[in-house]
Amino acid sequence: MNDDEKEKSALDFDFPGKGLSRRDFLKFCGVVAATLGLDASFIPRIAEAVTGPRPPIVWLHFAECTGCTEGFLRTTDPFVDDIILGTASLEYHETLMAPAGQAATDNLKNAVSKYAGQFICVCEGAIPTAENGIYGMVGGKTMLQIAKDVCPKALAVICLGTCASFGGLPAAAGSLTCAQGVHAALGGYPTINIPGCPPNPINLVSTIVNYLLQGTFPDLDAQGRPLFAYGNTHHNSCYRRNSPQCLRGLGCRGPETYLNCSSLKFNYATSFPVAVDAPCYGCSTPGFWDKGSFFNYNGSYGWV
Amino acid sequence: MASNIVIDPVTRIEGHLRMETEVTNGTVSNAWSTGTLFRGLETILKNRDPRDAWMLTQRICGVCTYVHGVTSVRCVEDAVGITVPDNARNIRNLLMGAQYVQDHIIHFYHLHLLDWVDITSALQADPTIAVTVDQGISSARTRDAAYFTAVKQKLSDFAGSGQLGPFANGYWGHSGYTLSPEMNLVLTANYLEALRLQTRIIKMHAILGGKNPHPQSLLVGGVSLNWNYSYASLIDFQNLCTEAQDFVNTFYLPDVTAIAKAYKDYAAVGGCDNFLCFGEFPQSAIEPDSLLFPRGAIFNRATAAVQPVDVANITEHVARSWYSGSAALNPAQGDTVPVYTGIDLDDKYSWLKAPRYQGQPMEVGPLARVMVAYGKGMAEMVQAVDSFLGDTGLSLSQMYSTIGRTAARAIETKVIADAMPGWTSQLLQQVQAGNNNNRTIFTMPAAGTGFALNEAPRGALGHWVNYSDTKIANYQIVVPSTWNFGPRDAANVAGPVEQALVGTPVANQQQPLEVLRVIHSFDPCIACAVHLVNPKNGDVVKITVR
Repeated sequence: MNDDEKEKSALDFDFPGKGLSRRDFLKFCGVVAATLGLDASFIPRIAEAVTGPRPPIVWLHFAECTGCTEGFLRTTDPFVDDIILGTASLEYHETLMAPAGQAATDNLKNAVSKYAGQFICVCEGAIPTAENGIYGMVGGKTMLQIAKDVCPKALAVICLGTCASFGGLPAAAGSLTCAQGVHAALGGYPTINIPGCPPNPINLVSTIVNYLLQGTFPDLDAQGRPLFAYGNTHHNSCYRRNSPQCLRGLGCRGPETYLNCSSLKFNYATSFPVAVDAPCYGCSTPGFWDKGSFFNYNGSYGWV
Repeated sequence: MASNIVIDPVTRIEGHLRMETEVTNGTVSNAWSTGTLFRGLETILKNRDPRDAWMLTQRICGVCTYVHGVTSVRCVEDAVGITVPDNARNIRNLLMGAQYVQDHIIHFYHLHLLDWVDITSALQADPTIAVTVDQGISSARTRDAAYFTAVKQKLSDFAGSGQLGPFANGYWGHSGYTLSPEMNLVLTANYLEALRLQTRIIKMHAILGGKNPHPQSLLVGGVSLNWNYSYASLIDFQNLCTEAQDFVNTFYLPDVTAIAKAYKDYAAVGGCDNFLCFGEFPQSAIEPDSLLFPRGAIFNRATAAVQPVDVANITEHVARSWYSGSAALNPAQGDTVPVYTGIDLDDKYSWLKAPRYQGQPMEVGPLARVMVAYGKGMAEMVQAVDSFLGDTGLSLSQMYSTIGRTAARAIETKVIADAMPGWTSQLLQQVQAGNNNNRTIFTMPAAGTGFALNEAPRGALGHWVNYSDTKIANYQIVVPSTWNFGPRDAANVAGPVEQALVGTPVANQQQPLEVLRVIHSFDPCIACAVHLVNPKNGDVVKITVR
């Protein structure tokens, strides 16, 4: 099959989900290409990559608020129904899966054994480690034990959100449970970290597409964060960077926060916090909850 | 003969829940609800600036995002002694309203629907008959046979791939699934439609909050937004309100009505007796008088005799929870130490505490709100409830059930969705008139105490704060799912869900579909529910494991 035929076959795929026209699908591929820093010539290859055999995903919930899952449900490039039915195979996901109890646990066990070395493990939430992990249990097992059992069998472990990446809120000052990010809880096990509270789901999708496209996961920074999303500061791409409406005086942490909120934006690229006059609080940075107040209460909106 | 069924994890919920039921002669005779995760946010809140607290409390839950944020700023505003400008109140109501609509739609279609709909049966459906079924549910629907053929093909392709993902190993084919293949196809199509819709309508949070989940425009004193550039975005907001309203009226409420008609036996299963509602959506600074959803308590299903609420009557029991001691204390006096001892159904078996009102377990959430509002004669609610009862042939007393609870969620969503365009118009008028007063400027007193009562989508929510030197000394949170999913109390009285489950028929103990229907009708949110109360003296809590 030549490249033209490949392109055609990918684009002729009956992409599941009402309303996802070919134009929408190409737009999605374009968004992913742009997020990954690839030029337009990659768009047909992305289209092909996401319509091949669906990669199995095992999604583990630890000490979390389910906000990262909710963020994932808001994915618009592609839509989550298209991901579930057409792009990936969500083998285990407690919030969405039909079975419960033993039947659910069986699915986890089956997926881990059937797809050993092939499944992508997405972790949401920190892992309580105090007292051998008794502060978080699922199906009678501690979250710590579940992580130890499942993560090493995965092709890759993606920590979605700051809690899974670095401990986040359950690990903030005053915590009693010795909660840790997955990397730390597993004694330095290599993870791909996509922090944020919650992170933009396009960063998760793009990380997975990068693998489907190139057979490798994206390059990471020293904190395990993909450079395509965390290689630049929030401030650098912020439309208020050189404006009198810059929120630096109110405590905005954009200048020292590595994340692509200001360029990607959220919810159909509608907005991001600075655009509603809320300072960035640096949610992709390890320990951000303990870096002082989130707002300079002595400051003021200078232009009002 | 009795045997026990353990469901762990309970899926399609927020958080980590284990449910054990004892089944005698095919019927649930006893139940024990266990929260299996402890995060301990109250100790994390200590020593922080109370004005920062909402950022942390909002992370109690990302499913009911926003609600713990707005309750926290109200709590601190009470401590500081300020009220917020009308614009801020209105913007907060709009964000809260959007949260309700979004959250309830996701709950029904994505967390609850598969308890009623056998997705595999949809593969047998006749798309032409499906059109008739669809329009029988709502005559406003215009989907044709080609549409249902495409949906069926999509499901068929998916099933044929052999990778069933989240739909693998469901209780498909269970005798309790009684809908026709066409009804199953129509509702599965709406599962997919709703997944798409929820991405769109929550743009409301992006417009007024910067993002969702976890919008960020709150501030103690009001909201961060300055209205010198965003008139156009409010027009977008108004359009999203209309889209949400259309979906609720054409899909959500009619689909729930169809489920209620098809599963009338669940109007006799899963009911509780007592209900508590703090009320929500203040229409002015005067609370609770201006609340759109009124505050009140109902005892023994006496809908017409709604009682006033006094928070002094709230106590929290720990006798059966993994905390030391057995005294029942008011949230403002809690002094509890976590002590994990494993699951012992005869003793301690949950991280959740057991809140009681006047000593009674109380159901909180949509059914409590709807019945309190009905009892107090709120016109919009009375009309929506009566319309539902007329359509289904159910009686008012049958609202106290699994189906009634699921219906109440859709009914109140309609009331909120119908109210939101008016609130948006008010805001637009203010912006057009040049009113950009969105914050009350105040000087922060060094010390204070305050509380706020609120209704989260899952029910009555209270925050209490006590601070000095501009640092939190004690922060307490009493949460809806703690009321609903808490364990037994010191008197061995079961919690609301534990009581509601008793009497549920179970056809096949290997596939306890009926138990899941009752549990999911409460929309559990367990990350919210597990909380620790700080020692009053501010000592570091010591953890002991025995």
